[in-house]
Amino acid sequence: MKKVYINSIASISPQKTFENASFLDDIIEYNETVISAFDPNYKEHIPPAAARRMAKGIKMGVVASKLAMKEAGIGTVDAIITGTGMGCMIDSEKFVSAIIDNNEQYLTPTSFIQSTHNTVAGQIALGMECKAYNFTYVHAAISFESALLDAKMQLENDEANNILVGGVEELGAHTTDVHRVINHIKPEAVTISEVLNSNTEGAVFSEGANFFVVSNDRKESSYAELLAVETYNTLEKDKVSEAIKSVLKENNLKPEDLDVVVLGNNGDVEFDGYYNQLSKNIFKNTKQVYYKHLVGENNTVSAFGVWLASKIIKTQQIPAMVNLNDIEATEPNIILCYNQYRGENHSLVLLKKC
Amino acid sequence: MSELKEELKAKIIEQLNLEDVSVEEIADDDALFGDGLGLDSIDALELIVMLDKDYGIRLSDPKEGRKIFESVQVMADYIDANRTK
Amino acid sequence: MSKGVAITGMGIISAIGNNVAENFDALINQKKGITRVDNIKTIQREEIMVGEIKFTNDELIAQLGLPPENNYSRTAMLGVIAAKEAIAQAGISDIKKYKTGIVSGTSVGGMDMTEKYYYEYLTEKEPQKYIESHHAGDSTQKIAEQLGIEESFVTTISTACSSAANAIMLGARLIKSGKLDRVIVGGADCLSKFTINGFKTLMILSDTFNTPFDEDRKGLNLGEAAAYLVLESDKVVKAENKKILAYVKGYGNANDAFHQTASSDDGDGATLAMKKALKVANLNPSDIDYINAHGTATGNNDLSEGRAILRVFKDEMPEFSSTKAYTGHTLAAAGAIEAVYSVMALQENVIFPNLNFKTPMKEFNLIPQTILKKKDLNTVLSNSLGFGGNCSTVIYSKEA
Repeated sequence: MKKVYINSIASISPQKTFENASFLDDIIEYNETVISAFDPNYKEHIPPAAARRMAKGIKMGVVASKLAMKEAGIGTVDAIITGTGMGCMIDSEKFVSAIIDNNEQYLTPTSFIQSTHNTVAGQIALGMECKAYNFTYVHAAISFESALLDAKMQLENDEANNILVGGVEELGAHTTDVHRVINHIKPEAVTISEVLNSNTEGAVFSEGANFFVVSNDRKESSYAELLAVETYNTLEKDKVSEAIKSVLKENNLKPEDLDVVVLGNNGDVEFDGYYNQLSKNIFKNTKQVYYKHLVGENNTVSAFGVWLASKIIKTQQIPAMVNLNDIEATEPNIILCYNQYRGENHSLVLLKKC
Repeated sequence: MSELKEELKAKIIEQLNLEDVSVEEIADDDALFGDGLGLDSIDALELIVMLDKDYGIRLSDPKEGRKIFESVQVMADYIDANRTK
Repeated sequence: MSKGVAITGMGIISAIGNNVAENFDALINQKKGITRVDNIKTIQREEIMVGEIKFTNDELIAQLGLPPENNYSRTAMLGVIAAKEAIAQAGISDIKKYKTGIVSGTSVGGMDMTEKYYYEYLTEKEPQKYIESHHAGDSTQKIAEQLGIEESFVTTISTACSSAANAIMLGARLIKSGKLDRVIVGGADCLSKFTINGFKTLMILSDTFNTPFDEDRKGLNLGEAAAYLVLESDKVVKAENKKILAYVKGYGNANDAFHQTASSDDGDGATLAMKKALKVANLNPSDIDYINAHGTATGNNDLSEGRAILRVFKDEMPEFSSTKAYTGHTLAAAGAIEAVYSVMALQENVIFPNLNFKTPMKEFNLIPQTILKKKDLNTVLSNSLGFGGNCSTVIYSKEA
């Protein structure tokens, strides 16, 4: 079995992350319940003829994928695999509301075409003229991890050498409104430093795109080796530690071997307990970092966690803004990311310096 | 007639999201598809809906559209001859 | 590494039957399930024909014994029915005995409820339970729950009309790489106003019975369905002394990278997908005994797919047919529906006819199999082609 490496990373998020030269050193302060992406100049990257039909998510996905390809220094890949939990919300909302508002009359095709979940992966392929394997996973909070696992299997079995993997999520106004109604969004605005102490239900909703080139070809510039990707549709709170130990064991590691854990705390008083119990027990002596206070919550934001872990390993630096505890990690070489959303769809991604 | 043509140009730009094209840039005889304005089959479907909604002209076969949408001039002539609203 | 990917159970609900036996009966007796739409109120009713499952949502809820406060979308209910049949057929009584996961394809997901309650969600308490069942993964989570699959790999694929074929492909990969011992794969999609009107805007819906590969084809009929296969590793098959229905022998996915919705004229993507699948299966085109074509009966698909088939098979064309005239195009479920039909074909050594065919297409000399034919079948190739240029091929075989 071949080893799998993360060879490039690209992130469009509510923070200034799309220029990979910096590393969370100029934080945008928010005091909101919903935060949008900090946008690159999409026009620089997408020709107007192609951009005219693209909603925000497609633009974010296309540009993040271009940035990842550029950093990897390759022109094409053997597979394009994306994850998106909610899909193209903006165009879906447009088409549904048009059906209702116009009583099924005078409907036009563009928003329907663009609403399909695999639009982003299809557009990336179209832009790159890449006829290779093209998959889109749409399973809530593990959409990105499903894509990553698919890529990992193909690379390990040497069915592919370079694969573009990414997660993308866009905010849709109506979808945001309805999630407010059922308290999935925080009732009041919170600043980024107060997210975890908000003591309220729901999360700060957000959007973004995180793309990676993964490869079975290690380069000087590689970020990390991808050791494991594991997902669970259900997992009781008291079984999370067990699951973590078992994944670590398969990789001949113990919890104390971890230099850093990247946790998915989003300040939802109902569900942060999943992370807090780990912080207090199995990881009480491990450096813990978090990121959703900076970039919000969405179905593929865990890809930002992998972005963060990759960047920590490569730069051997941990930005102060992500510290969850005071433990020092002088050589952050082995990092585990753990995420879940509303108690379901748990994921573990294990990375190692290469 | 020239009013209709101006109207069509504005509608094409708006409906098809042609952000960096202005009404002045589209000549009456410019090809809308292919090498001209670069419209494609999805745009043709958008324009078919516009014909129906704004001028009361119903096309059942998208292939018909391609001929009618050759240029703004051809489109205007067709609408002028067939409009029901 | 597990070599064989055995199919040990299957389940299906479609417009032509509520289980495997009923579907087979309809196929051999040429009973199509295409009618006017009854369960959805749409102004398009008289302009389209659909492949509809005639149970109302209330009847499905009763069948599944769901509590009144349930928030199942129609997609989820259809999925549960088919997945349960698959598990039963595979004789699985203890689902936790082996590492078992699910991979399901859907494109509609919970859109049927969202389009019904879109604005009500904001003000009415009662329908708000469906907000969480909108996303595509919800139906799969519910199937997992109903089957008792916990703490496992459960995911959803949405690549438009090739979704279920891709779910089968991932399932096979999961078994081969040893990640899972057993995986339930397939897809589910219900009819919705969203897809009815969406395809209507593309002007590719026929106002009468669809006619795959016919010169005068007028477009597709939308359908709804769910189907699942149980895939098991050599280890499980041996330990449990399992009866094997067929094997997933090869698979391939490629992207046309040509147009957002249309297929390229020469079917580049479909050609690549078929070639990849043959390579994985280690077979030559001449080894394929029957092609279950995607054949949606749109002008574009049948021409593009037909050309692709000719590019791959040249003068070694086996019999081929599309079963869309029976079921309509069931979108994300199509690859799973046709997987079940392909396995039935292998089991019974029979080729299902391509109904409604009259006039050959003028572009090429391809005549589908139009009457039921008995033939010894060892391998069947099934195509699923979708929006976004997504092209998939899966090959099923009697032997591993």
